[in-house]
Amino acid sequence: MTQATCRSCGAEIGPTDRFCEVCGLRQPTEDDRTERDLGPAAAGVTDRGKRHPRNEDAFALRIVDGRAVVAVVCDGVSTSDRPDQAARLACAAALDTLVEALGADTDPGTATGTAIGAASKAVIALADPAVVVERAPACTYVSAVATEDTVVVGWLGDSRAAWLAADATSSSAWLTTDDSWALEMVTSGQLGYAEAEADPRAHALTGWLGADAGEQESTARLVTVRPTGPGVLLLCSDGLWNYRSGPDELAGMIMPDAPQDPLLAAKTLVQFALDSGGQDNITAAVIPFPPLLSLVRKETS
Amino acid sequence: MTGRPDFRVEIYQNEYLSSGARQVNAILTVTAEGPGPAQPEAAQAAAVVLIVDCSTSMNYPREKIRAAIQATSVAIDTLRDGTEFAVIAGTNQVRLAFPTDGTMAIADAAGRAAAKRAVFNLDADGGTAIGSWLLAANRLLVTRTGIRHAILLTDGRNQHEEPAALASAVAACQGRFVCDCRGVGTDWNVDELRGIASALLGSVDIVADPIGLEADFRAMTAAAMGKSVADVALRLWTPQGATVRFVKQVAPTVVDLTDRRIATGPQNSDYPTGSWGAESRDYHVCVEVNPGQTGDVMLAARASLVFSDADGQPEVLAQGLVKAVWTDDEALSTRISAEVAHYTGQAELAQVIQEGMAARRDGDLDRATSRLGRALALARQTGNTETEGLLAKVVEIDDPMTGTVRLKSKVSTADAMTLDTRSTKTSRVRKG
Repeated sequence: MTQATCRSCGAEIGPTDRFCEVCGLRQPTEDDRTERDLGPAAAGVTDRGKRHPRNEDAFALRIVDGRAVVAVVCDGVSTSDRPDQAARLACAAALDTLVEALGADTDPGTATGTAIGAASKAVIALADPAVVVERAPACTYVSAVATEDTVVVGWLGDSRAAWLAADATSSSAWLTTDDSWALEMVTSGQLGYAEAEADPRAHALTGWLGADAGEQESTARLVTVRPTGPGVLLLCSDGLWNYRSGPDELAGMIMPDAPQDPLLAAKTLVQFALDSGGQDNITAAVIPFPPLLSLVRKETS
Repeated sequence: MTGRPDFRVEIYQNEYLSSGARQVNAILTVTAEGPGPAQPEAAQAAAVVLIVDCSTSMNYPREKIRAAIQATSVAIDTLRDGTEFAVIAGTNQVRLAFPTDGTMAIADAAGRAAAKRAVFNLDADGGTAIGSWLLAANRLLVTRTGIRHAILLTDGRNQHEEPAALASAVAACQGRFVCDCRGVGTDWNVDELRGIASALLGSVDIVADPIGLEADFRAMTAAAMGKSVADVALRLWTPQGATVRFVKQVAPTVVDLTDRRIATGPQNSDYPTGSWGAESRDYHVCVEVNPGQTGDVMLAARASLVFSDADGQPEVLAQGLVKAVWTDDEALSTRISAEVAHYTGQAELAQVIQEGMAARRDGDLDRATSRLGRALALARQTGNTETEGLLAKVVEIDDPMTGTVRLKSKVSTADAMTLDTRSTKTSRVRKG
């Protein structure tokens, strides 16, 4: 078996341990960064970033053959127990539910609501009843179902979806509004935007999946959009959007190639966040629109 | 050997540190399960030496020597069949009461009967030289492997021996056998016996009334017979450049093991824990590491329980990982580990009781009042009701939450010594 060397002190790492036997530092693992490539149908990248000890984001992609392309992004709440597991379980439960419901001709809106319910149950089931409820595993949620002519987005928390137009003359836009303290202050008229954003509580979540939030199916927020031109749908965690709040700027980084090469687009956006400091885990999932509804076999003959 | 208990290590800590922080605290709960008393044949061989103080003072009152003889007989009856044993009569000289030829007897019907006859004829006549008693026990046990245990009973101070002689005897016995110590009456020295018991990884207690000796010896011998593996050490691997600030056993009693460190490799140290039966103990480990970058995860200590045969390779019985994770998130780095906080309080409780009682003996009543007041507040906050009950016999309580107390004017010597002797007994943290 080959021996690796420590990224910090250069000592040899034993093959059985993830820690350096000299300086004790944990070595990078495959969980630190994941890339998934569904060819021109969709792609996503998640990265640990530079300042967090592990990646607590998760994402999932799937083509529901002939009907839709779906993506889910979840961001574990770092002050809860096992946030990484919460995000992974929520993504997996939501994806399975979406694929099954859409395969059975359920409309995308209903399918999304059911998926959020399933994700919510999965995260609640992870909670240890012996641990105080404030620390129960928790995560955010955002999903997109892209069909021939519409996109349905569902979310809870502060992971976002954006429409990024391929044509620079068309406008790009956020499709979600955060469940955050700042936004609640602004929408309820209690504070101005700048004032709210400057508050230390600005990014505190007001909506999430977890035992301390209860089952979320009924309160899921949904939006349906019908794009009039080509572009991509972006799902991302706050590790990306914290560095640039304008969708037009994000579009500027990846257009005009993003609809043809979503993997390159996702990598470009994640790299931008890393270059900006990588303060948090970063996830970007990209679905070109109009979606490619059949799987393209890339590597097989 | 199939009869060794299964060990497991659980780690309780807040691994998150703020940027630049270097101190890592963790509570290790070590649990050994089985083999139970139902399968004693599975345990390691055992050898037990009973050391009975036969100084002249044991005759005053006569009940003391009578109770000691009776308790020793009960201990002999409690020995598991096949256990090797011997009885030492301690004065300013050492007398091998049974067997008299410097060997050890086997616990069977004949061996027990002969031993009890010898014990029945014990005379109390002479002085007290505890160091020489321990060395005699060591001479008997030195060739034995497996469980090696001594039970030491005394009623007085170590008057007929220089303190240095006792200290060097204790040092010679360290790691050779485990010794439980009992003081009968109220004329013995708590610090002296606590020092011996702590160094030899045994228990210490007061038996103020000789009537209580029999039951105590039965329980103590049964506990020794419940041990099934000896020579277990807590091994800590730490990163290069790290320092082990302290290692303390914190439950069931506080025993500072920091100075017992035996270096076993460039980054490995062993701390002896003695012998184990089916039981659970908690340890508080504090390691200072070189700070990592924000986002780094470091192994601050790999904690293993290792068993070393007389000549065999050390064998790892169980292992747990103590980690350090540097974060900018204050919500994480400021979290208090309930377990670490609890045992930090328990260790301080033992210390302030001992300081308070020492000040009380020295006539420094202000210091005694403040130390014992702090002790009362800690006992209340951490739910150590047993210790709170003992404190209440020594101080009048005005406000238990703030630790406002007054020294009682009339306190029996037995109550004062009981509080001091049992100061290291901790309450277990409620987990989860």
